[in-house]
Amino acid sequence: MGHLVMNERVAAAWQLLPEYLAEHVLLSAAAMALGLVLSLGLTIAAIRSTAVRWPVLAFASLVQTIPGLALLALFYPLLLAASALATQLVGVGFSALGFLPSLLALTLYSMLPVIRNGVTGVVNLDPAVIEASRAVGMTERQRLWRVELPLAAPMLMAGVRTAAVWVIGAATLSTPVGQTSLGNFIFAGLQIQNWVSVLFGCVSAAALAMLVDSLLGLMENGIARRSRWRVAAGTLVLLSGVVLAAVTRGGAAPATYVIGSKNFSEQFILAELLARKVRAEGGTVGQRSGLGSAIVFEALASGDIDVYVDYSGTIWANVMRRTDVPTRDVILDEMRGWLAREHGIVLLGSLGFENAYALAMRRDRATGLGIESIADLAAHASRLRIGGDLEFFARPEWSAIRDGYGLSFESRREFEPTFMYEAVTSGEVDVISAFTSDGRIAANDLVVLEDPRGVILPYDAIVLVAAKRAADPVLRRALTPLVDAISVALMREANYRVDRDVDKATPAAAAEWLDARILGVQR
Amino acid sequence: MSAPTEPAAVGEPAPRIQFSRVGRSFGTNVALQSVDLAIHPGQFIALVGESGCGKTTTLKMINRLLEPDRGEVLIDGQSTRAQPPHLLRRRIGYVFQRIGLFPHLTVAENIGITPRLLGWHTARIASRVAELLALVHLGAEFASRYPAALSGGQLQRVGVARALAASPSIMLMDEPFGALDPVTRNGLGAEYRKLHDDLQLTTVMVTHDVTEAVLLADRIVVMRHGTIAAAGTARELMSDTDDGVRRLLDMPRRQALRVAALLDGAPRNE
Repeated sequence: MGHLVMNERVAAAWQLLPEYLAEHVLLSAAAMALGLVLSLGLTIAAIRSTAVRWPVLAFASLVQTIPGLALLALFYPLLLAASALATQLVGVGFSALGFLPSLLALTLYSMLPVIRNGVTGVVNLDPAVIEASRAVGMTERQRLWRVELPLAAPMLMAGVRTAAVWVIGAATLSTPVGQTSLGNFIFAGLQIQNWVSVLFGCVSAAALAMLVDSLLGLMENGIARRSRWRVAAGTLVLLSGVVLAAVTRGGAAPATYVIGSKNFSEQFILAELLARKVRAEGGTVGQRSGLGSAIVFEALASGDIDVYVDYSGTIWANVMRRTDVPTRDVILDEMRGWLAREHGIVLLGSLGFENAYALAMRRDRATGLGIESIADLAAHASRLRIGGDLEFFARPEWSAIRDGYGLSFESRREFEPTFMYEAVTSGEVDVISAFTSDGRIAANDLVVLEDPRGVILPYDAIVLVAAKRAADPVLRRALTPLVDAISVALMREANYRVDRDVDKATPAAAAEWLDARILGVQR
Repeated sequence: MSAPTEPAAVGEPAPRIQFSRVGRSFGTNVALQSVDLAIHPGQFIALVGESGCGKTTTLKMINRLLEPDRGEVLIDGQSTRAQPPHLLRRRIGYVFQRIGLFPHLTVAENIGITPRLLGWHTARIASRVAELLALVHLGAEFASRYPAALSGGQLQRVGVARALAASPSIMLMDEPFGALDPVTRNGLGAEYRKLHDDLQLTTVMVTHDVTEAVLLADRIVVMRHGTIAAAGTARELMSDTDDGVRRLLDMPRRQALRVAALLDGAPRNE
């Protein structure tokens, strides 16, 4: 059984490989090409002027100290601002998501080894050779192209090899800003604990890096030994790889509707569900999976994605920056108006369940103590132990619950989510923080405590549609049936199919399962 | 027209190279004070003196590898500043101790570099390279070799050929044979003197070896602390008023006599 599931997952990964690999190759190649042009220019400037050399090398080193993921994420708001400016100035904006931020960040990443090796290679050349090149009557430019660069070429090539390996590795980080890459295997796999997918992404990226490195090594060797065929063979294989990637990518039909998702199981499942619905209405679909939580809304607002599922509390607190906690209906009404007014975004409706922070207890324990709500819990709290996930006790939800009900527990501990559920089922703690749609609530026979005073912000799952698709008939027909169609019990079970440790389903399979249940409800 | 130290005889040609009150400092260190010097066509001049006396500085000012702070250098009556330095250098040969062959170019490509910069046709460059290889007594098979495969003597033969490639009338040589073994050095020196005569070159050679200067040069310029202490033929310098100059020039003779005596079996402690 396990063997079968393993094979299925490998087969699923193989199927995605051509698309992911092609995107990864094109992105890396573009970043290397742009990086080389910039690096060579800066290298030449740095060779001739010590005043330029220091700041150039310092800047390139500084870039390397920024973590790759942060560098990629930083380009998104920058490009968004640039795009807004361009729209204002020339009337045409550009997509700040996906290819462009990835390209720019990786380009910067590629520059240090090339510049450092290039400058070191030239500056350390035999002074006698430099004196001779002046004495035979070369101009500065002739000296550069006929003597300095050819002699520093093997060193420069070594820098290019290092840069290529870095770029191919770092390109896996472009998934969260919406650029498809081999990182899609890794990010999705990490979230849904599909280690086959993670391993597949790592191995394929490493294999690509090693292949490119050995081809560049062949060229480096060719330059050092003045062997033209080595340089030509390396160049030819690299170029044909890029062409092959371009053909593979160009062959895919362009997506009409782009569906976004954040980076956790429920989001992957819901994106697959939306995709199924749109396809059923005859639309072609592309996905931008695993987007950063802060990025996904901006992507919708700027039209980079057409539709995704968010949660009312997230929009209310993080996007609208509201701190009050009115009732669910007031929140949805105000939000609908605000989204339409500020961004032209359509709030199509709620899916019918919430994914909010809540407190949960083992059913037998709660019944034994007669606890049904957080208000009931308050009387017993001083003799109970609470466990939370790693961020819970730092979140406003916790302080709202604690202060709203005057909770004071005997002890409090933090856990990685998997261990937190084990701790509550084994009785190590009595109460835990939980997401209301988490599949493990039902699986572990836990009860979610009610919030009679309404201190916890509601997190209704809501379908948001970009302004440019506001009146799109295909999207309307496809997605309107989903409104109020998914109960929290149904969503928990779908999530559990992906999250459980044995007999895991893929998000697509869970979406298919969910889709069948929704149809059942409607019939 | 001539420099003050060198009154021109009637009918003598105008100097090929002329220094006029040339000075140069590096920071607070005065390398050259105010040098006047005239070098006539066809002459072979040796610049001698202790390390740091300014002889290499003097040499490098002729092809503007160094620029003077004060005064000027004229070639055939025209200031060296009248044209960009790279154009000046293409018509002046330059040979130096560390040779500086381009390691990524073949011997033929090294020799042909200045003609190539001057835009000669490939065929013309090839025949000139063949001619020069013969002139410096290297076989045609050397053409396709890289510098790494050559001995020290062979390298400097290529260095001389490269300097001569574009048929310059002036050759500048900075201790050209200083790093070679004595036999190679002696041979190359004599061969070069013959080339100087055959090709009617004007040669300025910096050397710390007075014997070499006496053997090769028509005139010797003795430099000290950035000035010219004395200038003339070896014979003339032997009767110079300056004790130091006389001792310097007499040294090769004393050495030669001592060597001859020892070779004849004279006891070492005599």
